[in-house]
Amino acid sequence: MPNSGMEEHTIVALVEDKPGVLTRIASLFRRRGFNIASLAVGKSEQPGLSRMTFVVTGDQDTVVQVTKQLDKLIEIIRVADISDHETVARELALIKVRTTPATRAEIIQMVHLFRANVVDVGAQSMVVEVTGEEDKVNALHHLLEPFGIIEMLRTGLVAMVRGQEDPRASDTIGIEIPENGSRASVPG
Amino acid sequence: MELTGAEIVCESLLKEGVDVIFGLPGGAVLPFYGALGKYPQLRHVLVRHEQGAAMAADGYARVTGKVGVCAATSGPGATNLVTGIATAQMDSVPIVAITGQVPRPAIGRDAFQETDVTGITLPITKHNYLVMEVEDIAPAIKEAFHIARTGRPGPVLVDIPKDVLQDLRAEFIWPELPNLPGYNPPGDADPEQVTRAAELINQAERPLILAGHGVLISHTYDRLIELAEKAQIPVITTLLGISSMPTGHSLNLGMPGMHGMAYNNLAIDEADLLIALGMRFDDRITGRLKDFAPNAKVVHVEVDASEVDKNVKADAPVVGDLKRVLDQLLPLVEPNVHIDWQRHLDDLKSQHPSLHIRDSEELLPQYVLNSLSEVTRGDCIVVTGVGQHQMWAAQHCKFNSPNTLITSGGLGAMGFEVPAALGAKMGRPDKPVWSVAGDGGFQMTMCDLATAVENNIDVKFAILNNGTLGMVHQWQDLFYDKDYFATVYSGNPDFVKLAAAYGITGLRVTKQEEVADAIQQAMETPGPVIVDFVVRESENVYPMIPAGGSIQEMMEDEPEVSVAPPSGGG
Repeated sequence: MPNSGMEEHTIVALVEDKPGVLTRIASLFRRRGFNIASLAVGKSEQPGLSRMTFVVTGDQDTVVQVTKQLDKLIEIIRVADISDHETVARELALIKVRTTPATRAEIIQMVHLFRANVVDVGAQSMVVEVTGEEDKVNALHHLLEPFGIIEMLRTGLVAMVRGQEDPRASDTIGIEIPENGSRASVPG
Repeated sequence: MELTGAEIVCESLLKEGVDVIFGLPGGAVLPFYGALGKYPQLRHVLVRHEQGAAMAADGYARVTGKVGVCAATSGPGATNLVTGIATAQMDSVPIVAITGQVPRPAIGRDAFQETDVTGITLPITKHNYLVMEVEDIAPAIKEAFHIARTGRPGPVLVDIPKDVLQDLRAEFIWPELPNLPGYNPPGDADPEQVTRAAELINQAERPLILAGHGVLISHTYDRLIELAEKAQIPVITTLLGISSMPTGHSLNLGMPGMHGMAYNNLAIDEADLLIALGMRFDDRITGRLKDFAPNAKVVHVEVDASEVDKNVKADAPVVGDLKRVLDQLLPLVEPNVHIDWQRHLDDLKSQHPSLHIRDSEELLPQYVLNSLSEVTRGDCIVVTGVGQHQMWAAQHCKFNSPNTLITSGGLGAMGFEVPAALGAKMGRPDKPVWSVAGDGGFQMTMCDLATAVENNIDVKFAILNNGTLGMVHQWQDLFYDKDYFATVYSGNPDFVKLAAAYGITGLRVTKQEEVADAIQQAMETPGPVIVDFVVRESENVYPMIPAGGSIQEMMEDEPEVSVAPPSGGG
């Protein structure tokens, strides 16, 4: 779709915790040609329901189309693009970095500056755990790169709308629910 | 009393008001068939190929508005359903497919006749289920029917392992309501959206209504006519919207698009407002998007929010159930006449007579279809597949009542016309049903002639036999240097002898003067009849806008010079 630039959008969804839900979502992204930058999924506060956070890259039209298509999946209960809202967004990364007796102290110092943790120490490596917004994780990653990164694993972003702005759950943002219970307007 | 899984399936189907199931048994689904024999209220129609079961269920659903049901076994039975399920998905038709699966302990072990049919059909169903516990069968079927028929309808598949059908028992508990917290199809539209739409309609000087399949699905034909007449707005119908308004209505202009009436495409080009009702701006209608309706604002009424702004941007999007939206909208629309606009459209119509059938020594397919409507007085259900015969039927047949053109629109599946016609006749035994086929499509599914004979399903089969894969042949003719590679059918059977082989009447027509009599004779002959119309081989469908093209590239008749191959889809 034409017009408006490519940008990252954060989409959150409340989904039924049933077999095959992830397959449906992955299949949807593939067949509609949507790009998915990251996807995180885990339990929600309600039994039987999970929350998902997607980061997708695309222009405004594409992202609106992604949201509408996700909303059509039966097992997705609510979905919303929260990019234009004040959010708390966090990602966790485990980074296994090469160490020598000479570099160990320097790395530990850097890790502490980032308020990250060393969670495992081996003879020639250590595992660093860092939590934060994507930029912070990127920054530590780049700083550690020269020492030699053996393995890195990132969870993908999890995000929710801040409480000051609106006490509702993130996934109800932008969806108007009329009295008859049906959704009249498109998720924004 | 506890019932087996198979019996619970049957009880659930009865609760849903099912009266006919199209299917073909096999190992994994056999427990269901075992139970089915004890439920005579559930009539089973044994097809000869599972694709026919899905397509017959589709035809049944389209003419009745009820959910069509088909059944097949695991593995090849289930994969044979796929083309029929995809057809229903593309054309928003409510069907429920029930498939047997290998027993649970065998799942994932590449067992005999095992396929992951929920995986295969995931992108071509509205939803699907693999039911792993006997207690889950009734809720799954309840939900399947609810999902299939509500909102934007579509196919739902329910896959049940053999041991769940056969070995497990449970009380039959029919849920009062489906448990679907994530599924809320829209009802009324946001009043602000409706007001905005009404403003645009009241201001428009050159408005057009584009009526799609949604008008038929939501039974909104009366309100469509009311809207059109109240503000005197001409109506263009998409292929699937064709019978939403009688052909003879003075405001009905017919079909637009690739093979639509030239005057309709010209009208869309000049219109200042398109009122799109239950349609999705398919590429066969729009052609090149950036050149489509350049002067028009767009009101788009859709039950599926994802269709709004997908292809064509709406100035007034209205998301809701079409019937309820029109109830909201009609009081806000002011009575109007668009005399200049209508006069202009009349001029366009007389300057571009797209429906003219020329005199010819050879039998022309357009003539046959025109005669079909004359002899039947437009009071029959026409079922087509895809290709030239389909476009000629859309152009030349006349339709007086809703749901009387049944055709594979979105998927464009050859062979749809034979089994879908059987389903249509089962659904509407009171109406004459004509399956209009090409010789190509007919041969894809003619095995289900046996189904027609076995069940005495009174369908008349008209084959427009040009001995070619006509539409592909036409594209080769126009765009691929007349290299007719792989489109000439030199090994066709003698269709009259084929009819005899099935013990039914077969007629052959080669001349114009025989057409009406043959149609009449077929109508008067009880039971299935094949009429083999041997038509001109090299006849092309016009007007034509090449795929991905615009009105500038429209060919109203045989072009004098060859044309560059279209880059657009399909």
